[in-house]
Amino acid sequence: MDRKRIQWNTRTKILVYMVLALIYLAGILVWGLLMDPEAYAVDYSVKFLPPGAGHLFGTDFMGRDMLLRCVKGLSTSIVIGVIASVVSSFIALAAGVAAAVVGGKLDSFVNWCVDLCMGMPHLVLLLLISFMLGRGMKGVMVGVALTHWPELTRIVRAEVLQIRSEQYVQAAYRLGKSRMQVAREHILPHVLPVYLIGVILLFPHAIMHEASITFLGFGLSAEEPAIGVILSESMKHIATGKWWLALFPGIMLLAAIMLFDRIGEDLKRLWNPDSGNE
Amino acid sequence: MSRSRYIAGTVFRMLTLLAAVSVLSFVLVTSSPIDPLTAYIGTNSTLSQEARDEITEHWGLDDPPVERFTAWAGNFLKGDWGTSIAFKKPVKTVIKERFSYSVVLMLIAWTFSGVLGFLAGIFAAVRKGSLWDKAIKVFCLALQSAPTFWVGLLVLSLFAVQLGWFPIGLAAPMGKLAQDVTLEDRIWHLVLPSLTLGVLGISKITLYTRQKLIEIMDSGFILFAKARGEDTAQLVLRHGIRNIALPAVTVQFAAFSELFGGIALAESVFSYPGIGSALTTAGLSGDVPLLLGIAVFSAVFVFTGNLIANILYGLLDPRIKEGRADG
Amino acid sequence: MREKKERTPLLDVQGLSVSFSMYERGLQKKDLEVLHKLSLGVYPGEILAVVGSSGSGKSILAHAVMGILPGNARVKGEIHYRGELLDKERQEALRGKEIAFIPQSLAYLDPLMRVDRQVIGIRGTKEKQEAAFARYHLGKEVERMYPFQLSGGMARRVLISTAVMEEARLIVADEPTPGLHEEVAMETLRDFRQLADEGCGVLLITHDIDLAFQVADRIAVFYAGTIVEIAPVTDFLAGKEALRHPYSKAFIDALPQNSFKPIEGFQPYAGSLPEGCLFAPRCSACSKECAGEMEMRRIRDGEVRCVHAT
Repeated sequence: MDRKRIQWNTRTKILVYMVLALIYLAGILVWGLLMDPEAYAVDYSVKFLPPGAGHLFGTDFMGRDMLLRCVKGLSTSIVIGVIASVVSSFIALAAGVAAAVVGGKLDSFVNWCVDLCMGMPHLVLLLLISFMLGRGMKGVMVGVALTHWPELTRIVRAEVLQIRSEQYVQAAYRLGKSRMQVAREHILPHVLPVYLIGVILLFPHAIMHEASITFLGFGLSAEEPAIGVILSESMKHIATGKWWLALFPGIMLLAAIMLFDRIGEDLKRLWNPDSGNE
Repeated sequence: MSRSRYIAGTVFRMLTLLAAVSVLSFVLVTSSPIDPLTAYIGTNSTLSQEARDEITEHWGLDDPPVERFTAWAGNFLKGDWGTSIAFKKPVKTVIKERFSYSVVLMLIAWTFSGVLGFLAGIFAAVRKGSLWDKAIKVFCLALQSAPTFWVGLLVLSLFAVQLGWFPIGLAAPMGKLAQDVTLEDRIWHLVLPSLTLGVLGISKITLYTRQKLIEIMDSGFILFAKARGEDTAQLVLRHGIRNIALPAVTVQFAAFSELFGGIALAESVFSYPGIGSALTTAGLSGDVPLLLGIAVFSAVFVFTGNLIANILYGLLDPRIKEGRADG
Repeated sequence: MREKKERTPLLDVQGLSVSFSMYERGLQKKDLEVLHKLSLGVYPGEILAVVGSSGSGKSILAHAVMGILPGNARVKGEIHYRGELLDKERQEALRGKEIAFIPQSLAYLDPLMRVDRQVIGIRGTKEKQEAAFARYHLGKEVERMYPFQLSGGMARRVLISTAVMEEARLIVADEPTPGLHEEVAMETLRDFRQLADEGCGVLLITHDIDLAFQVADRIAVFYAGTIVEIAPVTDFLAGKEALRHPYSKAFIDALPQNSFKPIEGFQPYAGSLPEGCLFAPRCSACSKECAGEMEMRRIRDGEVRCVHAT
């Protein structure tokens, strides 16, 4: 009896975490998207206010409310992160499945591309792509979308190879089913969960890289609300002790990254209890 | 010999990848809409059209791409990496100067995170499930998700601004002449940036060591050693460390890639004049030759890390060293 | 044989149950009992072979005796060694000294440590190791080898030399002969016979009943996580009429040299065991008495877990 309650708890705990994480992220997203930019309008009379009742996160050098700017910025980051990881994951799915199913030259080629992409520091590659596109929103978006596929490709490829070697798949081939049929009926259903978990685990990386590249000045422009921009600005005022300009936006970013990560890891544990952390 | 063949194969593979990386970088950088000429002379320059044409001609900006690449690659291999637009110095000189600053920073951070992370990972694995283990795990997971530049900002804000223990930025006191800068000055300015980089590098190696050691402690040979009377300390010291050391070192060398990315961000926060901030400057000012130079250099840096890891395996793992190549 | 049994057994396992708690997909926690009320005894100077099909959990018995079960295992029942309870502390104190374990394969050697250091372990000396190697005809060159460089026969002899490093009284050998040539396997078993003749008790866990016939004094038949019968090897050699449990009889019948008739049905999996007698669903003599709790009974010169046995 007692043990039954504990079992139930582990699972429910994970589900509750996941729902809370989702509510936080969805809340930020919706709030940010619907927010009127006037809400954090310039007001020089209240510049550099420390965090307090009126402005929970304080105000910046133009008297804008930091909480609202952060929410708006984070929602942009989430949008970019979602789009970029979806694109990256499609590349990974296509490349990984193709490499494993076709094999031979294509397999070596995909592996070679993965090695190539990983041969340069990720940030440098991002910076070069953003540079090629003349920086700005387009630069970050394409950069982040085009550089996050290698690891997931490896995972998908390994998974497909493993399933393909299973006996029932071998039997399906011998029964005269075509490659496409086998791929659709046997391989895809097994790869899909691994892939979906992979996509969710891509989000945090994508968001983090978007913020990093924006912080360095290669991403969203200074006029756009973005966590990277906010933190980059805060650098100028840190020497004069305006610590709140850096602390809170970073915490919000960190929370978003950790929550996405958490959701991914939890799903992984639910799917395959032997994997990951214990 | 199988060992030299193994190393030669690795080197060859890396060289071909390196060549491909240069091609890729070249294509990316030269197809940018940011006009290098405008970047060089500024948007409201009064330079005459003839002078502009001359520069275009000199740089070969109007040549077909393949020709431009072969010209650039040929010069690059001969040791002529072009001239940096932003620093008005040969690219090679800029990289050499800047990297000499960065390498100290990276070495400190890398060693610090490697040693401490390895020990913390072992500690957590041995105490698996305890409060210590959980604390270490949560700490690492949080750090893993924390952007480098933000941690840098916090460190700067706390230790330099609020507490005033360390200087706010740069590699030496502002206004001090280069020959007057003492070793103490340099160290003083290195503390915060290397702390930032090191703290961030720690989580990966800690979590890896922990996970790997837990796996090893479940393996048959540990079981047998236990059945022969070894206690936990002996198991870890005699067998655990022996079996995780090599993979952990490999992971640490493979982290060269993230280290380089981290340095670009950390140096930007601490205005540290290393290769990372040179990269940002090059990108922001449209300095194509320097950008290319640093991109290729960064790839060489990453490959060197992988190569060292591979060679270490070949030298130290008896399964590769003393026998079957398929070990 | 008979006079030996009047003495206290070296190892006495009474009602040993081992279960593992594990997670399934969706994080449903589940307890899986793999050993059920298992009882047996090993006397000094004898080899007791525990025989059962591969992958049926026999190794767990060895691990339980050595005290090296994984953390998610729960143990019920008692193990006595030389008349005293063998609890965790005593296991830790005695293993590697009086109680030696011989594992299945090379995978139980540290892949990155040279063989001589491993055989010496934490208690041995170089001299003892050299003596052990000489006893088992292992050349000087083997000392400096890594496990992956050993041949199957060498590996066996290296593993068995670890057991003679100290004055072991009880040797627990877990599947010591799989994948070996018949000749090497026989040689290994002769080594066990020799150790038993020197006074050791040997608990030999194996799936190879032919080999057990050749060296064991008594054989314990392992079925679905418990021991259904323990009898002198002579009873097994005499044929199924001399045996007590229907499973042992069927088992002997299924051997190639006998009628080669397979037993119908499958061994039940841990987690989906029948109530009462575990063999009941496959037993032709099954009656309603079989639904109750099965106790080990002494019949003739052996023990059996069956109400019908005579």
